[in-house]
Amino acid sequence: MNAPQQGFKERADAELKNAVLKIAIDRTTGNAERKRAVAVAAFPEFQAARARGRAIKDHVIAHLDHYLEMFERNATAAGAQVHWAADDAEARAIITRICLEADAKLVTRAKSMLGEEIGLPHALADAGIERVETDLAEHIIQLAGERPSHIVWPAMHRTREQVAILFKEAHHPPPAADDPATMVQSARRELRAKFLGADVGISGANFLVADTGATCTVTNEGNAELTTTPPRIHIVTAGIEKLVPSTAHAFALLRLLVRSATGGEMTQYTTFHCGPKRPGDADGPEEMHIVLVDNGRTRMLADEFRPMLRCIRCGACMNHCVVYRQIGGHAYGGTYPGPMGAVLTPVLDGLAQSRDLPHACTMNGRCAEVCPVEIPLPTLLRAWRTRSWRERLEPRSVRAALGLWAMAARRPWLYRLGSRIGVRALRLFGRRGWIGSLPLAGGWTAYRDLPRPSGRTFMEQYRAGQAGRAGQTGREARK
Amino acid sequence: MSAKPNPRVGLFVTCLVDAIRPGIGFAAIQLLKEAGCRVEVPQAQTCCGQPALNSGDDKDAADLARRTIAAFEGHDYVVLPSGSCAGTMVHAYPELLAGDPEWAARARDFAARTHEITSFLVDVMGYRPQGRRLDATATYHDSCAGLRELGIAAQPRALLASVEGLEMRGLEGNDVCCGFGGTFCVKYSSISNAIVTEKAEAVERTGADLLLSGDLGCLMNMAGKLHRRGAKTRCFHTIEVVAGRAGGPAIGEEG
Repeated sequence: MNAPQQGFKERADAELKNAVLKIAIDRTTGNAERKRAVAVAAFPEFQAARARGRAIKDHVIAHLDHYLEMFERNATAAGAQVHWAADDAEARAIITRICLEADAKLVTRAKSMLGEEIGLPHALADAGIERVETDLAEHIIQLAGERPSHIVWPAMHRTREQVAILFKEAHHPPPAADDPATMVQSARRELRAKFLGADVGISGANFLVADTGATCTVTNEGNAELTTTPPRIHIVTAGIEKLVPSTAHAFALLRLLVRSATGGEMTQYTTFHCGPKRPGDADGPEEMHIVLVDNGRTRMLADEFRPMLRCIRCGACMNHCVVYRQIGGHAYGGTYPGPMGAVLTPVLDGLAQSRDLPHACTMNGRCAEVCPVEIPLPTLLRAWRTRSWRERLEPRSVRAALGLWAMAARRPWLYRLGSRIGVRALRLFGRRGWIGSLPLAGGWTAYRDLPRPSGRTFMEQYRAGQAGRAGQTGREARK
Repeated sequence: MSAKPNPRVGLFVTCLVDAIRPGIGFAAIQLLKEAGCRVEVPQAQTCCGQPALNSGDDKDAADLARRTIAAFEGHDYVVLPSGSCAGTMVHAYPELLAGDPEWAARARDFAARTHEITSFLVDVMGYRPQGRRLDATATYHDSCAGLRELGIAAQPRALLASVEGLEMRGLEGNDVCCGFGGTFCVKYSSISNAIVTEKAEAVERTGADLLLSGDLGCLMNMAGKLHRRGAKTRCFHTIEVVAGRAGGPAIGEEG
């Protein structure tokens, strides 16, 4: 994928200065947070549903081989062709080959984060195939030449005011007004011709149903249906963790997914695709291909990141993340942003490229609290920190400082001596209670004042008090 | 939960209280004694190990866990004026030492005896302060580790409700992180600043005289930001108010 040029901190600093971005983030995540809270409050069984959702995913993950084979068997019986891709390069190769063999000129695409993960947009461009994004938000970022900044609202970093300007430049004719309804109508007019002229439609899947061989997509715009039905060929790309045993299990997870993502009870469209057009069907594709992608997932199966395979991509963790809400999704630099992205990006892009992500977290636990499948996100982020330490990816200055501190912390007398000297030294930098600037602590004092220590440590004062009392009453001292 | 009479309590002071604000430690001793505890401060304690743990240095974190557990071996309870350090001891210690046959059981036993102070006073000792009065308005920030790792929300509010004259005001986003996050606040200082700025704005909007919380790290972060912004809000640890010590200097004031 288009690897970001600068480091995480530089990207984050640039985004922090973007006041319009902050308005856009606050609007979308603020709404999402409020609506989710209302939806969860109106669903008394939410905690029970959550435990069930987790159990369903854990069961599938534990028996992945069984359900993958069952899915392949049933999808094949329904007339679909199932392909297996070990990594992103294989997935790209399979998809472009299908498109080229079909002599495809125009491909429509319904929103799929997996497509982003495997770098599909670039692969299609490289193969000389025109790609049209049909999801409204994906349409916006395609026009802007950007990547998604959120897994549910890919264009959430743009305000509607910015979108109005974009549409005026890109749509022919430009929308007559700036209100959302007129802009949506304009996008609809632009896309309609593409839907009917496409040779291949590519979609993702929210669920792969093992016992029927169906794939399931949920959308609110109906664009997925127009992407998957009119073209001659329908290609589904899905990560292997999307499996569920049956349709009933898909619905159990849908109740969690939609509430956690948008605060709705159901999406406008919930579609199950089971094989291509059959004799007697009024419409549907002539060929249906399902590309099952591993890309690091079986590796996660075997290590401490296994719980991450439960993820149903609702986005609640990023909507409730204090860091995401300040810097937005692009600063993370990977396909997936926010807490779930900080766990997944090191899997996909390597820890050396992304070691900042698991560290740029306050460990406040809110993401795990709202996760609909109980993924212990802070624990997994901490596991990356442990690996980063073990693989010596942490800066030498951090390792040295921590080593010194740990040496003292193992020796109470040395630790106390250090504290006594430290607080006295600190006092030299402050006046009237506060320290406004401190060498080696610029990260703190650049933005906030530091309370000046009172002069003597607790331990000094406590022991002085004990000694004083011991002088008076002798016996009191050891109490 | 009910305690045995006059339990022997070991106070874990925490490194920030030891260095920056010893008064919180003395407030803890006072309240524990009022609640009927025998209080000791084991001299072998240093730090709970969180800086190592949060940096991924599990070996040093486990080493400090063993030392802390050993320092508090004979106590009925281990009590701390910090939800963050308490959360580390209750949840991380047993995990860090799970694979160590000699220490796994001791870590679990230690975790079961360990409590954050407001929850210990209310849930274990059934304590409420008597005859405390403070004519002021205050708002309360729920520090994340205490709230989510230990379920501390009602206990500090119950203690504060027993202080006569103290009017509590709701804080918008009271359960949202203040941006401290231990070393996060210096490693990613610009992001931390953006977060604590929003927190300070919310605190200022309450118009309360006092900001109270249960973790000195979060308090230093919020107090430092409020002071830099020129706000007049005075910041105290919850137990300083409960112990009747809010007449003295607030964080960053010199008495």
